[in-house]
Amino acid sequence: MSIAPRTADAPQGPTAAPYRAEDRFLGLRIRPMTRRRIDTFRRHRRGYWSLWIFVGLFAISLFGEVLCNDRPLIVKFDGEYYFPVLVDYPETRFGGFFETATNYRDPYVRDLVKEHGWALWPLIRFSYRTINYDLKVPAPSPPSPDNWLGTDDQAKDVVANIVYGFRISVAFGFTLTILSSIIGVLVGAGSGYFGGWFDLLLQRFMEIWGSVPTLFLLIILASLITPGFWTIMALLMLFAWMGLVDLVRAEFYRARGHDYVRAARALGVADWTLIVRHVLPNAMISTVTMLPFILAGSVTTLTSLDFLGFGLPPGSPSLGNLLNQGKSQLSSPWLGISAFVILFVMLTLLVFIGEAVRDAFDPRKTQS
Amino acid sequence: MTQSRLVDVNDLSVSFRVGNRTVEAVRGVSFHIEKGETVALVGESGSGKSVTALSLLQLLPYPRAFHPTGSIRIDGEEMIGARERTLRSIRGNRVGMIFQEPMTSLNPLHTVEKQIAETLFVHRGMSRTQARARVIELLGLVGIPDAERRLGFYPHQLSGGQRQRVMIAMALANEPDLLIADEPTTAVDVTIQAQILTLLKDLQTRLGMALLIITHELAIVQKLAERIYVMHRGKFVEEGATREIFAHPQHEYTRMLIASEPKPRRDAPPAGTPVILEVKDLKVHFPVRGGFFGRTRDYIRAVDGISLTLHEGHTLGIVGESGSGKTTLGLAILRLIRSDGSIKFRGTELQGLTFNQLRPLRKDIQIVFQDPYGSLSPRMSVGEIIAEGLVVHQPRITYDERRERVAAALIEVGLEPEMMDRYPHEFSGGQRQRISIARALVLKPRLIVLDEPTSALDRTVQVQILDLLRGLRERYNLTYLFISHDLKVVRSIADRVVVMRNGKIVEEGLCEQVLNHPQTPYAAALVKASFDLVADNSGVVGI
Repeated sequence: MSIAPRTADAPQGPTAAPYRAEDRFLGLRIRPMTRRRIDTFRRHRRGYWSLWIFVGLFAISLFGEVLCNDRPLIVKFDGEYYFPVLVDYPETRFGGFFETATNYRDPYVRDLVKEHGWALWPLIRFSYRTINYDLKVPAPSPPSPDNWLGTDDQAKDVVANIVYGFRISVAFGFTLTILSSIIGVLVGAGSGYFGGWFDLLLQRFMEIWGSVPTLFLLIILASLITPGFWTIMALLMLFAWMGLVDLVRAEFYRARGHDYVRAARALGVADWTLIVRHVLPNAMISTVTMLPFILAGSVTTLTSLDFLGFGLPPGSPSLGNLLNQGKSQLSSPWLGISAFVILFVMLTLLVFIGEAVRDAFDPRKTQS
Repeated sequence: MTQSRLVDVNDLSVSFRVGNRTVEAVRGVSFHIEKGETVALVGESGSGKSVTALSLLQLLPYPRAFHPTGSIRIDGEEMIGARERTLRSIRGNRVGMIFQEPMTSLNPLHTVEKQIAETLFVHRGMSRTQARARVIELLGLVGIPDAERRLGFYPHQLSGGQRQRVMIAMALANEPDLLIADEPTTAVDVTIQAQILTLLKDLQTRLGMALLIITHELAIVQKLAERIYVMHRGKFVEEGATREIFAHPQHEYTRMLIASEPKPRRDAPPAGTPVILEVKDLKVHFPVRGGFFGRTRDYIRAVDGISLTLHEGHTLGIVGESGSGKTTLGLAILRLIRSDGSIKFRGTELQGLTFNQLRPLRKDIQIVFQDPYGSLSPRMSVGEIIAEGLVVHQPRITYDERRERVAAALIEVGLEPEMMDRYPHEFSGGQRQRISIARALVLKPRLIVLDEPTSALDRTVQVQILDLLRGLRERYNLTYLFISHDLKVVRSIADRVVVMRNGKIVEEGLCEQVLNHPQTPYAAALVKASFDLVADNSGVVGI
């Protein structure tokens, strides 16, 4: 019988095959396909560098309290160490009059500290909510050695605002993206896999819901409830989940007809296992490809709400708010320009990363 | 002498840039075509025959593709490096081309008239009325009846064969000196294939043009071509007059190609075995909805009252053209789609069983699909793919035991156990099909539904897979339900055969009997088209 183009020294009996050398990435076992995707991503120089720059910027902003703060990192006072960044100390500890938390920017306190020891200050001696009372000119003040990018109309430092604003934008964007993707994938999966009435009703609902003018509705709702990080998140979630549903639904429809899904069903694999093992990975590819772009969209949405004044509560660090000030204070161009540059850089990086991810998952670029 | 040659290709090479590598698709081939001659390029998939044909008209994706060496002269004019204007004056004018896939080669948004007239406007500068007359003439030429009425048709309103004919009409519009046919009949049914080939031959003699046929099907070559070039891995291994080559093939590869025709089955199936599968009056109807409330107006009767009996150890071939419902029948028997009627497997009625009740039976009935690329999940290793059924049906066995069983199944299908940690994309089509078979085999099934398991493979690989299937059948006393459109393949493995058309059984009986002495006109037409490539004119088969 002529089967097998088999080499002479191949084992003839059933033996357990030896394991192949494993490929690892970040300590995880990865498949060759994943390895090729990572390599393609790396070869996309622009996206690869964008990812590192973005991660770097976000990491820096995560340490915002250490970088821009209105209290010192370490204070040595009478031979004892204090960590004002972490702990609130009453002013009386440093020989002041009040039982309240120390205002380290107060010249009186500063002198006291200098007399009895030393203080290590952050790079920028302002937090996003610190009002600079020492301005020589009326706020908004132009860039100066103290305020590198000047201050806004409430005499708050622009650099500090940008650092904290960037952090909250990205954090908000990430949370919104991840939550809405989870919901979107679940809904799309159910819709695509089971089809029928559920699918039909959901499609009609989404058509109606999707044609609601989102921004107006958000503005109305935002004026009814107290805005906050999570309430705005919930409001935006009302619409954001729809982005991925159609995509995932289509992928599921397609996958249902794949022969390997049929083969698995013929083997008796249960529905749930089938979805998780065979269908979901397909859908996840298009989902992952979309994520950076959804993230960029989420950031933009938050910024525009802030810009219109319906976003995060007043006093929060916010790029949208900074943009709005740039618009109303045309004679203070440093406000608008700073906000524009940081938004431009952030969104551009995200789009570049998105391009690289898309290439990495493009079968035409990884297959051969 | 060179002057009279229509096409003169010298030392042609084609390479592709893929990432940082260069892939050599064609390596230094030389050939020529005289006026009015029929020449064929024969080779298996990946041999470079299509690339060679496409480079004649410089239709490759340049600059990703490039020619390290060679020259292509059409009527003395050099094509490589020629200006776009020169190329345009040749394409669709002096040289026409028809492609494999009639559906994607026609623009779905243009009417038949517009598709064909376009080239007349471009090259002839004809007026609208002139062009219309010429289009009608061409449609008549390629054998489309009622041509005038079909001018306004869109591609989706035509059958596969008619689309192929429209393509040919487009290629012929400017009376080319050379017609290149790239696998012209691979995507159509056998009966249509016979018609198209007859048409091509007829047109060639009538119009006196040269014909270059690119195909992997030796039967076509034998019937049509005067000279052939056998291509293997980007090179010609043999060339010469058709009769000469078929009578005395010189090169080993050519000999293998000619030898790899599936042979008729010789051994007899075991006698007196019990019935394993009994299907009674099986129906699969898909509703056609219409009207304002989407009520069901009619049904598409994909499978319409089929009854079969299959004995253990036997192989039942189910043949039919596309749309006959044979694949749907296979899926319905496995209860992968809803159906009405009775399916009895070893005395147990499958209809009405719930998913969980059905599961223990699943390991006894397995399926192998046609497309070796679509039937294996690209995300799972070969070991995981084969072990999937084991995890479901024998959840108790240990990891090592499972690997051992997978290894055994791989050896069974002629692969090596080391392959289990590799991924499907690393394998050829034939190897993948072996993996599919291993997946079905690992559960030790009694019945395997083979849905066109060899259709996507080259002939030489087909023969190997058929050998494998026959060997397995003998060793494990397996029962096959073998679905195929290819009568040659069915003849080599089945003992009984059922001919299906429009969801119904047209004829059934012993394989030998049905194929040698078909009783119904449709079966006769099918047999004639398959084995002799002769088109049927009795009207049983549509155009």
